[in-house]
Amino acid sequence: MGRVGVVTFPGSLDDGDAARAVRLAGGEPVRLWHGDADLRGVDAVVLPGGFSYGDYLRCGAIARFAPVMEPLVDAARGGLPVLGICNGFQVLCEAHLLPGALVRNDHRTFRCTDQRLRVEASTAWTREYAAGEEVVIPLKNGEGGYLADEATLDRLEGEGLVALRYVVPEGGRNPNGSARDIAGITNVAGNVVGLMPHPEHAVEAGFGPDPRSGTAGTDGLRIFSSVLRQLVA
Amino acid sequence: MGRVVVEVMPKPEILDPQGKAVAGALPRLGFGRFTGVRQGKRFELEIDGEVTAEVLEEAARAAEVLLSNPVIEDVVRVAPVEADAATTTLAGGTV
Repeated sequence: MGRVGVVTFPGSLDDGDAARAVRLAGGEPVRLWHGDADLRGVDAVVLPGGFSYGDYLRCGAIARFAPVMEPLVDAARGGLPVLGICNGFQVLCEAHLLPGALVRNDHRTFRCTDQRLRVEASTAWTREYAAGEEVVIPLKNGEGGYLADEATLDRLEGEGLVALRYVVPEGGRNPNGSARDIAGITNVAGNVVGLMPHPEHAVEAGFGPDPRSGTAGTDGLRIFSSVLRQLVA
Repeated sequence: MGRVVVEVMPKPEILDPQGKAVAGALPRLGFGRFTGVRQGKRFELEIDGEVTAEVLEEAARAAEVLLSNPVIEDVVRVAPVEADAATTTLAGGTV
């Protein structure tokens, strides 16, 4: 059974749900503490959503320097699968494991919705989805606008590193002002993925997105089973 | 005691929703002449002793590593401040 670490920072909110998602996907969640520079031998790591350090300074800016991040950054560069969800995505960008930054939503309001997404890249965390598959996963953020300079955005597109994209109705806008409707990205190796939506909130029927979304409400589960399957393979 | 001020602003090409919100509120309060607002951050770093060139250089490095994110922000000022000046209002009173 794959052991997947879930880091708790001061102000993390969704560490419990992320651990539960790992368990429902068939893995063994291992709680990791921000203050310990120790990954406890896990096979993969999830940086959960929330408001680490109250979002002081910039979202993820202080968490990025937590003791646990030292071994984590090294391990990620060495190929350890790492998933950053929402605040975790912000931490990965601040740690320069992924390019770009997340800024305040362009419409200035917090957005909480069942969000339709398109999975575009096969990574350690998305390999159980078909290319171009559309899924519905909750999104809840105030600072979820993904930005990078044009050259970086072109590189992400050119190298197929846009992992997930917001599905935007004709003439509509994406939910937070993200450049090129980007909801999630991956590094070149495909082991580090960051995304704004919350797959850990769509892992059990009846407790995820509304059935009126046209899905079973469990579209997020394969994010976690993808990495577990890779660990077995 | 010495003090270094570091000022960080969102890059000009980055949308600044906070500044925009403030710009929207100003005319409602009768401040009609301001056509735009951009909101940045000011840090005051305290040290024991004087602000030397070495101190300023270290402050500039801290500004790049932690106080700003170069993807979205520019460090626009790293400068020594007089201890008194930092707490003196424009009118000359102290706060």
